[in-house]
This record gives sequence, structure tokens and C-alpha cells, in this order.
Amino acid sequence: MDFSDLWLTFLLTLDATLRLATPLVLAAMAGLFSERSGVVDIGLEGKMLAACFTSASVAYVTGSPWLAMFAAIGVSMVFALIHGFATITHKGDQIVSGVALNILASGLTIILGLSWFRQGGQTPSLTQEGRFLSIELPGADLLANVPVLGPLYKELLSGHNILVYLAFALVPVVWWVLYRTRFGLRLRAVGENPKAVDTAGISVNGLRYRAVLIGGVLCGIAGSYIAIAHNAAFTRDMTAGAGYIALAALIFGKWRPIGVLFACLLFGFLQSFAMRIEGVPVPGIGAIPVQLIEAVPYILTVVLLAGFIGKAIPPKAIGKPYVKER
Amino acid sequence: MKKTAINKLVKGLTVALATGAVSMSALADIKPAVVYSDAGKFDKSFSEAVWNNGVKRFMDETGIEVKEAEPTNLAQVEQYMKRLAKRGHSPIVAVGFSQANAVAAAAKEYPDAQFTLIDMVVPEPNVQNVVFKEHEGSFLVGVLAAMKSDSDVIGFVGGMDIPLISRFGCGYEQGAKYQNADIKVIHNMTGSTPAAFGNPSKGAELTRSQMESGADVIFAAAGGTGNGVYQAAADAGKYAIGVDSNQNHLHPGTMLTSMVKRVGEAAYQSYSAAKDGSWAPGVQVMGLAEGGVDWALDEHNRGLVTQQMEARVNDVKAKIIAGEIVVHDYMSDNTCNY
Repeated sequence: MDFSDLWLTFLLTLDATLRLATPLVLAAMAGLFSERSGVVDIGLEGKMLAACFTSASVAYVTGSPWLAMFAAIGVSMVFALIHGFATITHKGDQIVSGVALNILASGLTIILGLSWFRQGGQTPSLTQEGRFLSIELPGADLLANVPVLGPLYKELLSGHNILVYLAFALVPVVWWVLYRTRFGLRLRAVGENPKAVDTAGISVNGLRYRAVLIGGVLCGIAGSYIAIAHNAAFTRDMTAGAGYIALAALIFGKWRPIGVLFACLLFGFLQSFAMRIEGVPVPGIGAIPVQLIEAVPYILTVVLLAGFIGKAIPPKAIGKPYVKER
Repeated sequence: MKKTAINKLVKGLTVALATGAVSMSALADIKPAVVYSDAGKFDKSFSEAVWNNGVKRFMDETGIEVKEAEPTNLAQVEQYMKRLAKRGHSPIVAVGFSQANAVAAAAKEYPDAQFTLIDMVVPEPNVQNVVFKEHEGSFLVGVLAAMKSDSDVIGFVGGMDIPLISRFGCGYEQGAKYQNADIKVIHNMTGSTPAAFGNPSKGAELTRSQMESGADVIFAAAGGTGNGVYQAAADAGKYAIGVDSNQNHLHPGTMLTSMVKRVGEAAYQSYSAAKDGSWAPGVQVMGLAEGGVDWALDEHNRGLVTQQMEARVNDVKAKIIAGEIVVHDYMSDNTCNY
């Protein structure tokens, strides 16, 4: 294997990293808004799953991926509103509400899928028209033969679907909203010290509702990506724990957009690297069994969290419903 | 007052049930049932084959109703199995290796009920076990894959990392090497839990990584994960091979063939035997010779398979049936040294 082969393998691994990190980035940004406002969002998984199902169903019926995505965003926002109603208006336990939504989504998608499509809870496979397809950036083929940088452009940057670009473009936007706008300042304040925000005459509940709803929108996009861009149908529990990994990335990135982005990329890279190393004989060890490969991301998470990341301090008011007067 | 009303109701119900049972037995002597795998009845693969070629066929031909249970998780399987046995259903067909423990428990508790377990062996006197020689069918599709491949690299994506799935992969590799000794076969397993049979995203990513390594024909033995494999292959214009059911219709033009496992036939035969009174416990092994496994050629992949390829695969098939080629079974020694 010479240099250009190695370089290409490396680029293709990074390419898969982007594809795998996209739903994590979107979900983690959703969690970021919600948790920065003081509402724990363990229901990321459920919202994404509901969005997966909605987008796959709508895309199958209408054939339009955009319509499907908007429907998915709508359903995901309804889930977010339920979470908000339970935990903000009625001051219920945020973990319990989130877990309940996860269970609801897991069961509801299968039951509706069974009765609508009669395919064991799956939705029918989509044709190409119903999906977000990959976009070749201009000049990708032209530049492909330029050494080193050509493959970088063609393999890594070009050839993703629109939602991948959207997800990564979103991160600086989130940073800007959070740190450079009045809404962002108030949002961060309400997660640290809601009393102060309230004294200033700003509605704590209103801010938290807005944060939770933004989370709903982003989870809707994440679910659409999984079901109709990365795949071409809904299958049961197809989010496969992405929501929980996004939560871990949130802690990893210390609730800051850029840090969270790199945490998501790290998880994506570990997954794509694991797929490439699996079954390949390593000198002196032999082929690495799939069980070990599967465990590597989790082992690394524990090691990194314990030794390298340092203390991750959550927003101060997280998990506590705001009570105005006793 | 209330109590007597309830008593009357219960009595009435009992009578109704009894007459119902009598009228049932006048129609037929057996009350067959099936417990599908927890992947769902219409999984486009394993359970669907049992429904299409077994349960539905039996109901259409005989008019006898087959009671169906569709568990959505493994914990429900044993409950369904025992409930069906308790209500006098027999034979009960259990679909998939993961139901072995449930069958063992139910068979002990209800020794009068008959169970047919597909894909696994439970040594009980009232259990009929149907296992398949997946390695023989996989050998055939391996031969075809090696002939179709231009790059001399082909891939295999398995579901859960268990010997049963390795049996597919090992047979496939032997077939490919038999056709072309220099061919490279890339093996990947999706995971080590049953969730590995339902992760199309990972299936698609594994397929892409295999294609990046040069593979141009990919065989998936991975349940629902396979849908991601076929989609990724279709997106890239490469070939994929289906499993269990005939999956050629999923992506006509890129589905090279399917390694068909006649699980429906096993269910059908169990019901028919029970109807004739010839149902017997024990282990049935269904290979190429018994028609238990095969490769699929229909209008959806006709254009992909040349006359020469078809002749070659059928020639190899005849040789396996005649015993001239012996395909090594991974599960015989848990290695793929052949």
C-alpha cells in the first residue's frame, strides 16, 4: 500500500465519519438548546425515532423528501411540546418525562407502521425521488486527479446529501445565537439562574418552551436524515442509541457548540474506524473480534472522560423546574 | 344477584366455547399455530417466508385456520408459546433460533403439544427440529458472486456474530474460492447482540466500506440489516445477494440473486404431517438435496445471470447433491478451515 492508497483510505474513513456524525451533531445541538435552558432532554432518541417514522411514511406517500422533513419536524415538535407541558408547565420530573417519550415513540412507531403498511413495523422502501440524494460539488471530477487535495475535495467534501452540509453549517449558527444574540444570553441565563431572569421581567417558562421547541425542530431534521437520507425506509428502533450518544457528546463538549461538534466527530470517527478495522488481521494479534470493536467507543469514552476532558460542569439550574413562589 | 348473573354468563360462555370446540373439531382435528420471530411477520425475509409459503399456503389449501402470534420482543415469545399450548394449539411452529429457550420451556410444561422449531435443536420428545444446510446454498451464491465480480473482491455482511451466521459466510467463501482461487472475500459482522439484525444504517456503512475496498458483490445474511446493505449496493450500482426469502424484487437490476431458505416449506410440512397424523419429533436436516436451500432465479435478476453462469451454478449444485463436492459446515467445528 503506497501513500496515495493510504491517504484515500484515511479520507474514506473521514467521509464515513461525516455521514455517521451528522445525526449526532443535529441531536446534540437540539440537546444543547434544551439543556442550556435548564431542561434535561433524554428524549432526543424518541423524538428522532418519531421523526424517522414520520419522514419515511410521508416520503413514501407523497414522494417529496422536503414535505417529509417538514412533517417530521412537526411531529418532533409535538413530542417536544409534550415534554415541555409535563416538565415546564406542570413541573414534572424531566428524566421521567423524557424516558416516557422514548418508550412511547418506540412502541407507537411500530404499531402505526404495522397497521398502515403491514410490513412488520417497517415502512416500504423509498424510490430515489423520495430521498435526499448526494450532491456532487462543482468541479469534483475535474479536480479528482490533483494529487493529495483532489481526493480530499472529491471524496471527503463532495458527494454528501444536503442535510450533512446543513448539520455542519448549523454549528457556527448555534454558536452565534447562543453567544451573540439577546435570546442566547437570556437562554444561558435561564439555565444558570432562572430567578435573575424572572426578576428582570422575562418569562422563564416562555424561554424554556422556545428552547425545547428548537430542540424539536433539530431532532426532526436528525430523524429525517437517518430515515430518508442515510437509509431509504423506517425500521424499528433504527436510531440505535444515537440520541444517547448525542447526550454523551453534550457532556463531552461541556455544553459548548464547538466542543460538542468535535465530540460528535470523535464518536463518528470511532464508529467508522471500527467498521474498517473489523475482520482485518492486525500483525501479532490476528483478526479483532466484533465484540471488542463494539466496545471500543465506550471504553474510550470512559477513559477520555476520566483522564483528559476534565470536569464537565452542567448548567446550574438543569433538571430543576422553576417555581416562582412557594 | 350479581354473582348469579356472572355465574350464568360464565356458564353460557363455557357452553359456547365447548360447542365452538366441537364444531371446530368437526372441521379439522388440528389447531395449528405459529409464533413469528420478533423481527415481525413482514420482515421481507425470514418470517415473511414462513407466512407466504407455509402458513398462508396451508390455510388456503385446507381452510384450517392457523393461529398467529407476532411477538415484538423476545420476552413475549415464551408467553405466547405457553398460551398457545395451553389453549390446545398444536403443532406450534417457532420461527428462528432465538426461540429455542422458549420452546424448551413450553415443551416441558405441555408434553401433549407438538412444537416445530426452525433453525435450532431442542432435544425434547415433543419437538421437531428443522435445520438447514445454509452452507450449501451459500456455496452456490458464492460461485455466482465470484463469476460476476470484475474486481475479484467480494463481501459478506453478517448480522449477529454467532456460528449460525458464520456458516453462511464460510459457505459463501468456499463457493467463491472454488470458482476462483484468487478471489478475496471480506467478512464483516454487524454486532454481537440480536439488535445486529435490525440496524440498516450500520449495514449500509459496512457495505460502503467493503465497496471502498473493491468489493463489487455483497452477500448479506443479516435480517433487517440487509435492507441497508441492498440499498447501499443499489445506490452505488454494485451487486447484492439476498437471503432467506427471495429478495430479488427489492432492487431489480442490482440484486444478483438470493440464497433461499425454504422455511415456509418446513412450516407447511409440519402442519400437513400433523393433519395426516404422520408428525414425528426429531431432527430434520434440509440441504440442497432436500430442496431446503437453493438460489433464486426469476424475472428480476434474469438479465444479470448469463446462460453460462446459470449452467455453472446448476452444475455445482448437482455436484453437491451427488456428494462430489462436500461443503465444510462452520458449525461442525466452529472454524472455517476447509
